[in-house]
Amino acid sequence: MNVTDIGFFGLTVSLVLIVIALGLSAWQQLGLERSIVGATMRALAQLLVVGLLLGYVIDEGRPLWLSWLWVVAIVVFAAATVARRAPELPNVFPVGLAANVISVAISVAVTFGFGIFPLTGRTLVPVAGMVTGNAMRTAVVGARRLVDAIEENRDEIEARLSLGSSPSAAVKPTLRATLRLALLPQIEANRTVGLVALPGAMTGLILGGVDPVDAVLVQAALLFLILGAAAISVTVIGLAGVRGMFTEDERLKTIN
Amino acid sequence: MTEPLFRFCDVSLGSRVVDLSLAIEPGIITMITGPSGAGKSSLLRLANGLERPDAGEVLFRGEPVSSLAPRPHRRMVALVFQQPVMFAGSVADNLAAAHPTRSPLELLEQAGLDGSFAAREAKELSGGEKQRVALARSLGTNPDVLLLDEPTSALDDASGALIEASTQAFVEAGGTVVWVSHDTAQVQRIAQRVVTMDGGAAT
Repeated sequence: MNVTDIGFFGLTVSLVLIVIALGLSAWQQLGLERSIVGATMRALAQLLVVGLLLGYVIDEGRPLWLSWLWVVAIVVFAAATVARRAPELPNVFPVGLAANVISVAISVAVTFGFGIFPLTGRTLVPVAGMVTGNAMRTAVVGARRLVDAIEENRDEIEARLSLGSSPSAAVKPTLRATLRLALLPQIEANRTVGLVALPGAMTGLILGGVDPVDAVLVQAALLFLILGAAAISVTVIGLAGVRGMFTEDERLKTIN
Repeated sequence: MTEPLFRFCDVSLGSRVVDLSLAIEPGIITMITGPSGAGKSSLLRLANGLERPDAGEVLFRGEPVSSLAPRPHRRMVALVFQQPVMFAGSVADNLAAAHPTRSPLELLEQAGLDGSFAAREAKELSGGEKQRVALARSLGTNPDVLLLDEPTSALDDASGALIEASTQAFVEAGGTVVWVSHDTAQVQRIAQRVVTMDGGAAT
């Protein structure tokens, strides 16, 4: 039997844990029962739809452009998510889109240009999805932190401007601290990976019957891609985001 | 009649500055007084180009500030804030932010500090020392005008006197000073002209 084929019975049984969560919520009067049921249904429905569509798109008989179209869609959706979660950043949608496009383009070019994986729908969509998802998270943290940090350091930035510094020079110490802060969790994740949680791709491969060492190699390649993509994404957010915070005559705008 | 250094023509900014008209003459210390919230700090920020008026125009030597390149203008019209902001690093690093090649010793001396301060960590200085470093830093751009926003309000008398002396020396060397102050004794001591702002209007 293939261990990844859990079937309807397996899925139903896994809901026992959801029932436990519901019980705990009721017992401790957390009032989360509706949210738990809603989120569970939503996750199931979303994943089913995605699974069916993905099955169609990455089927070996289909043209590759369908997979590229999928990648475009997730990149745009990720930019919309950045825009929704960090609305304070000026021009957040185009800035977020640029960050995602550049980080995914470089990751995909490296992955398939150097033949780390063969270029098929079955490799392109998951790689682009993982990279975009992680780059997006870092971009959101970076964008929100950037706006806060600039507001917190307004006095210093204006003091530098008043001495005739360019906006990019005036904001440089603030930007540097922000980029570091946004990237540290991703670096920390690489440091502790495997010690507690096994990362998703590796878990999936092992469950699918792949030798753990082979699974680790795939996962390691993905982790490096993700860290690189996160660094690219947050740097684009930082450099492009900062531009929107100054007027043409080099005054710091009031945000919020 | 000579053109004033600054001319504010019916300038409005937010709710604090309303239809302000005012001329600042070169070569003297003009002191700006008035209650809190009367727009005194806004006036200095408009002069330095950190703010742009909602209405009206600020002229510097006859040219609208909004039409001047911001960086050279700000270097010529230096602003010292009420709360001195020290950048990370040593006092010398702070001075280098204004002018990378000017001797820190000379600038420190102009602000009444001795050369031993250059190596000190800027953020660890006392309030009075920070304000004098901030003044030295602003002098580092070689300005024609010093805009001072209550620079001595949080300082003891001795530190305040040093700032006053540095400022007077700056004017004697041909500079112009616009100084916001609440301290009536200080105004009587050093002002060569007094402007009182209230409700955005100047008298």
